[in-house]
Amino acid sequence: MAKVQVIGAWFSPFVKRVEISLKMKGVEYEYIEVDLINKPPLVLHHNPIHQKVPILIHDGKTILESAVILEYIDEVWEGPNILPKDPYQRARSRFWANFIDQKCVPATRKALWCRGEEQEKAIKEAREALKILECEVKDKKYFGGDQIDYVDIIGSFLAYWMRLFDEVAGLHLFTYEELPSLCKWADELCDNKYVKQHLPDKDRFVDRVRGHSKTTRSV
Amino acid sequence: MSEVKLFGAWFSPYVKRVEMALNLKGVEYEYIEEDLKNKSPLFLQYNPITKLVPVLVHNGKPIFESTVILEYIDETWEGPSIFPKDPYDRAMSRFWAKFVEDKCSDPLWKACWAAGEEREKAKKEAEEALKILENEIKGKKFFGGDNIGLVDYVANYIAFWIPLLQDVVGFHILTQDKFPNIWKWCYELCNDSFVKKNLPEKEKVSSGLKRAVETGSLY
Repeated sequence: MAKVQVIGAWFSPFVKRVEISLKMKGVEYEYIEVDLINKPPLVLHHNPIHQKVPILIHDGKTILESAVILEYIDEVWEGPNILPKDPYQRARSRFWANFIDQKCVPATRKALWCRGEEQEKAIKEAREALKILECEVKDKKYFGGDQIDYVDIIGSFLAYWMRLFDEVAGLHLFTYEELPSLCKWADELCDNKYVKQHLPDKDRFVDRVRGHSKTTRSV
Repeated sequence: MSEVKLFGAWFSPYVKRVEMALNLKGVEYEYIEEDLKNKSPLFLQYNPITKLVPVLVHNGKPIFESTVILEYIDETWEGPSIFPKDPYDRAMSRFWAKFVEDKCSDPLWKACWAAGEEREKAKKEAEEALKILENEIKGKKFFGGDNIGLVDYVANYIAFWIPLLQDVVGFHILTQDKFPNIWKWCYELCNDSFVKKNLPEKEKVSSGLKRAVETGSLY
């Protein structure tokens, strides 16, 4: 049995965060694709509480939640830093990663999938959150500076997945006119050597979103 | 000598966590009570992004969000640990801290303030999460084992504030009957000699909550 395993789903941005991080550290792992509609016993066994992916298994121990897994990977394996070494910079990284996951992602999700008044409110929130992020990344290649770091990996959700959703839904939340620095960052990130190879195929992903949106508003 | 300031609000569980952590490490700090209805320019200068307490300022550098601050405190100062040393145990602590915040504290709080269908929905969510937490604390004095750890810090909300709020609104989800292990842990935590010194006065918090229920405003 491989020492390191990742249980995931090909389209999941949370799973890709983990794969990008393992790639950065040069860690060899076995990837196990699962069907999240018909969850196999493997998922229910390793994650009985949330029944979600990604799941990292290292030497028989299970680690859950993408942000928690990223910190674990950084602590266990040598190689390029995912989080900065300096405690203050680490705190800033953790704050911005939380900001992305707790403010930007939910707001943009609601903006894309809700309708009517709820959508208008969500669009406003999403625009405000993204503008704050725009200021933070300004003049930088990545949030991590010259190299990608924790915030960039967490933010890959916005850079690739959310921009695709935005395109499909025609909301134009992510435009060069409104968010030039963030869009530039997104382009750079999606072209980064660690990130590029883990992004799901655009057409395949868009088909899935279009098919999914006919039956449910959930992504 | 380093300069440490903490901007807070006396009734906030998030602020109390940080004070507890600073006191655990024996860090001397200046506490600044912030009027949340009328935030000071200095406070807004340090935290223009979320504009929320707590904000820790160390040698002029601000750090926000209580869990981010707890990590910073543990990384910066010597003394008893808040986080375990082993990476896997740290990952488990982070996982459970997130579970407590997202799945337990949030719906418990919502259930107390909401009405009708919204209340019932939040109650159901809270009960499902508490069942899981009940199992996790079984056989342990604290979530951290014999000593309090990260999860105990983050769950301070459940141990102290939620029982008071439940009494004020007359709606009880967390009870000794339904969740005897959690109830026992609440008692252990709130009566721990160190934790006790870092909690606000019960009567003062209850009065504040009563006022909030009557006026519809928390501040």
